[in-house]
Amino acid sequence: MSINLVIFSLLALLMIVSALFAVASSKIMRATTLLLFVLFGTAGLYFMLHYTFLGAVQITVYAGGIVVLLIFVVLLLGKGSVDVTQTSMRRYLAGVVTAMTGMAVTIYLINTTQFAQNTVDPDGVAMRELGMALMGTEKYNYILPFEVMSVLLLACTVGAILIARKK
Amino acid sequence: MTIPAQYMLILSAVLFFVGVFGFFTRRNLVSLLICTELMLNAVDINFAVFNAYCHPEHLEGYIFSLFGIGIAAAETAVAIAIIINVYRNFHSIHIKRLTNLKH
Repeated sequence: MSINLVIFSLLALLMIVSALFAVASSKIMRATTLLLFVLFGTAGLYFMLHYTFLGAVQITVYAGGIVVLLIFVVLLLGKGSVDVTQTSMRRYLAGVVTAMTGMAVTIYLINTTQFAQNTVDPDGVAMRELGMALMGTEKYNYILPFEVMSVLLLACTVGAILIARKK
Repeated sequence: MTIPAQYMLILSAVLFFVGVFGFFTRRNLVSLLICTELMLNAVDINFAVFNAYCHPEHLEGYIFSLFGIGIAAAETAVAIAIIINVYRNFHSIHIKRLTNLKH
């Protein structure tokens, strides 16, 4: 058993257990903290794929931005954010059946598919190559989506302020 | 030795359906937002894994994951603004109370 497999198993265990408890917990603060573990585990997966920049972005944006926003709203709402109601049995069963069916079909399909390659490039992606792809104007370059993203972020900032401000 | 691509894909499938399960059972706007984040995160893993294993010479999946993370941030900011506004108007973020558009 290689060291990679051991690390992957630990990450997978951490992520699945954290995700399950985050979904099952009725305390939202606890759920948010567990979500943070899932996001860190995902960053670990990106590092295992040698996608270091993606892992760094995952940690800064998700853990540093989104989770902080979530914790902010949980603390701001206080008692109002506690999920006190019991889930009805019917809804619970519907959730279990849907999730199990979907998971079974997906895992079956993944297991019956042959992948052409089963290796990862150990050098990863050079930062220069990534920067050229993000900023280039040729084929397989992404300057237009990049600029659209900046407009989207501006629009969402303005929209969030507009929605959340007092009348 | 690297890990097979199937393991990574199965992990992301499990995470995605944990998020789906939470979406069915939780009745609270912040919890639903957390479940959405779980699902979005699983999809981002899929993009990165397919890029790394199937087309390592291109960068489509990598950049799609980057944009996916950015969009998740934008979505969360707007959703939290909406949640704060809902709390201000209804004094609760339980989705049973949000029926004004339904009737």
